[in-house]
Amino acid sequence: MTLDSKTPSGPLAQKWEKHKFDLKLVNPANKRKFDVIVVGSGLAGASAAASMAELGYKVKCFCFQDSPRRAHSIAAQGGINAAKNYQNDGDSIYRLFYDTIKGGDFRSREANVYRLAEVSVNIIDQCVAQGVPFAREYGGLLANRSFGGAQVSRTFYARGQTGQQLLLGAYQALCRQIGLGAVQMYPRTEMLDVVVIDGHAKGIVVRNLVTGVISSHPADAVVLATGGYSNVFFLSTNAKGCNASAIWRAYKRGAFFANPCYTQIHPTCIPVTGDHQSKLTLMSESLRNDGRVWVPKKKEDCGKPAGSIADADRDYFLERKYPSFGNLAPRDISSRAAKEVCDEGRGVGPGGRGVYLDFADACKRLGEPVIRDRYGNLFDMYEKITGENAYRGPMRIYPALHYTMGGLWVDYDLMGTLPGLFVLGEANFSDHGANRLGASALMQGLADGYFVLPYTIGNYFASAKMAKPSSSNPEFKKAEAEVAAFETKLLAIKGKRTVTSFHRELGRLLWEKCGMARNEAGLKEALKRIPELRDEFWKNVSVTGENGELNQALEYAGRVADFMEFAELLCQDALHRRESCGGHFREEFQTPDGEAKRDDENFAYVAAWEYQGEGKAPVLHKEPLVYEEVHMSTRSYK
Amino acid sequence: MNFTLKVWRQKNSSSPGGFETYEARNILPDMSFLEMLDVVNEGLLASGQDPIAFDSDCREGICGMCSLVIGGIPHGGQRGTTTCELYMRHFQEGQTITVEPWRAKAFPVVKDLITDRGAFDRIIQAGGFVSVNTGGTPDGNAIPIAKTTADSSMDAAACIGCGACVAVCKNASAMLFVAAKVSHLNLLPQGKIEKDRRVLNMVKQMDAEGFGNCTVTASCEAVCPKEISLSFIAKMNRDYGAAILKGSER
Repeated sequence: MTLDSKTPSGPLAQKWEKHKFDLKLVNPANKRKFDVIVVGSGLAGASAAASMAELGYKVKCFCFQDSPRRAHSIAAQGGINAAKNYQNDGDSIYRLFYDTIKGGDFRSREANVYRLAEVSVNIIDQCVAQGVPFAREYGGLLANRSFGGAQVSRTFYARGQTGQQLLLGAYQALCRQIGLGAVQMYPRTEMLDVVVIDGHAKGIVVRNLVTGVISSHPADAVVLATGGYSNVFFLSTNAKGCNASAIWRAYKRGAFFANPCYTQIHPTCIPVTGDHQSKLTLMSESLRNDGRVWVPKKKEDCGKPAGSIADADRDYFLERKYPSFGNLAPRDISSRAAKEVCDEGRGVGPGGRGVYLDFADACKRLGEPVIRDRYGNLFDMYEKITGENAYRGPMRIYPALHYTMGGLWVDYDLMGTLPGLFVLGEANFSDHGANRLGASALMQGLADGYFVLPYTIGNYFASAKMAKPSSSNPEFKKAEAEVAAFETKLLAIKGKRTVTSFHRELGRLLWEKCGMARNEAGLKEALKRIPELRDEFWKNVSVTGENGELNQALEYAGRVADFMEFAELLCQDALHRRESCGGHFREEFQTPDGEAKRDDENFAYVAAWEYQGEGKAPVLHKEPLVYEEVHMSTRSYK
Repeated sequence: MNFTLKVWRQKNSSSPGGFETYEARNILPDMSFLEMLDVVNEGLLASGQDPIAFDSDCREGICGMCSLVIGGIPHGGQRGTTTCELYMRHFQEGQTITVEPWRAKAFPVVKDLITDRGAFDRIIQAGGFVSVNTGGTPDGNAIPIAKTTADSSMDAAACIGCGACVAVCKNASAMLFVAAKVSHLNLLPQGKIEKDRRVLNMVKQMDAEGFGNCTVTASCEAVCPKEISLSFIAKMNRDYGAAILKGSER
């Protein structure tokens, strides 16, 4: 099978406009004949479900949390990018497009990124109309801030809770449709399989997390908006419940998985304090607008209180290495720079895995009230977790797993290789290449859900002309039985080790061998160890309780079982990509001064993996990345 | 640190529940309350017992999924803090801590410490939105909004929908939650258009869900992890009164 991205022809700036005209439409009176399933209720899922219901489709939306308002999009702090150029500082759709392509280290699909930049302006208008209380200037107009990887101020924000406010906007739009009866909502319900009939995705199998009942839901199309897979690393900034099960099980049913090795490490998280830690907390990268990152120049100074170290003895390493972007260098670059200084033994805090983020200069320059207004909730959060006051001394930060650029492969219409299966938001691979810029995740989630899928899904219905699936189709019964057998098998093991202990071991292995820096020997070691660990899991895991009840141990075990399989694909992809790009840093491929060295001649492609069955190696398919408009250059933030 | 926990265990919504005692040993002061429960659960799982079921997700104080009445106070009594951000360094060595679910008629217990807060979603479905479809919206800067108005709206919009306000209230009233959403939207020019029907419909749904009335004891404001102000209840009462007097349609 060859991968066809279905990128429209014509000049870049007109592709989306032209494509929208070329897409086949579904007559308004016919829309209600189509059932659409949306899995996930974050920015992408909620916006898609609401928008499709407004158009007249019959929508069912599923989430594992107790309410659609809890999805992890809610935790995004800093902001959302849009090429509004309200600040008159030279921004444009083209500049946002170019920054995103460059930030992604020239590993994303040009046409998708341009469309993203194009619709970014509509997103802000939409959110304002919904009542999202964005920050305003005294004149009443929208305020902006700058963000990593950009030299213009194009980030819109609502204090440090932008994700929350955008999600509540989408949630409220969704609630309106639920109230009108246009969307049926299924909270506390987890998708456990995609059902394929005649080669098309025609429904899902779910487990009601309260009663344990397994049931089928047929539909004319299935939309996955189930987020990323950072939690395969055990410790990440993702919510506890975030998992890869939906996309992994879709992969096993025939959807290709693209670029799993592109994982993003966020430079500004609160450092790990011990083994008990259940998750890591991110401090918005917007803090880098006013905070200065440093470590002591001399190892001997690392144990001393920060305040006692004279300015001359401090190494503001981002400002030193990247003078033009300074503390706002992109995430991958900032993270690796922090790792380097800690590897040199100049890290601060427990275990020496931390660097300072200092607001003393900003407080002097702007006054503490301004800093409090901009970042107050972040400072409060830092104090709650660490017990330290960041107005008095610097914060300590360290990189942590945060976002995954890889995901299910999709074409320009956001449809995967399994026809009828659409993938939105972080769950797909399409827009961020090998590295995502700050404030772009919210933008992509909402772009996909509000402004792309509602157009493209109609084209699928109008051209595929598939028969309506019936829940009596034997494929549904078969999938239900498989899901039930999987759960029974987990419960029957009655081993000695808890799910958490397996998950923690897997996560530590990946963080060491496939984390911020990777090499061939380490990846091979991980690839040897993962199957061993997986075998042990299936022999010795302890899952208590029963099937037919609320059973959190069982839910968790299923997710970790999938991580155990997915981890192998992640390492395989990282091993095969013999170059460094964005979030994927291979130690063998770096410039003499330690920067990532891309290999455009051999690796300018999307790596899409096809499942071949249990115990068989997946097959690699390549989608070449053709740049019509931009020239692939070496990324430099110096 | 070591603690004795008295935890509410209840098999499901139709079974009676009761307190069980557990020992939490070797707890570090840097653990969050939920991480402490994780440790207790790991011990239970290792010995083949059913772990304590509780809700949590983001564990950074924003998703509103975590709950728990700790020592009689929702979210444990530290100002402006959710249970997931409550750290064990605030407890005393050897302390006995009771842990209960939210208790309100409108929030039935699902299992152990987990309750069903679907009533909140249904209140939002009744009117907690601006009726605009996707597309066709004016430019974001077309309608200027005073900074103070936007800020005040944001103060109300910060609500995370956790339900602590209901859990602490002797009447199990949801007024702070409903007032926060009504105020967030009614303050903004975009939300003013549906101001009357919004407040009427949301209040009607609130009553139908079985929440109690407000007697302004302000305990909700005291436990709210986002410190939503009681003054929003006054604002909602005003909006409600005005809508009734005008005879506005629902």
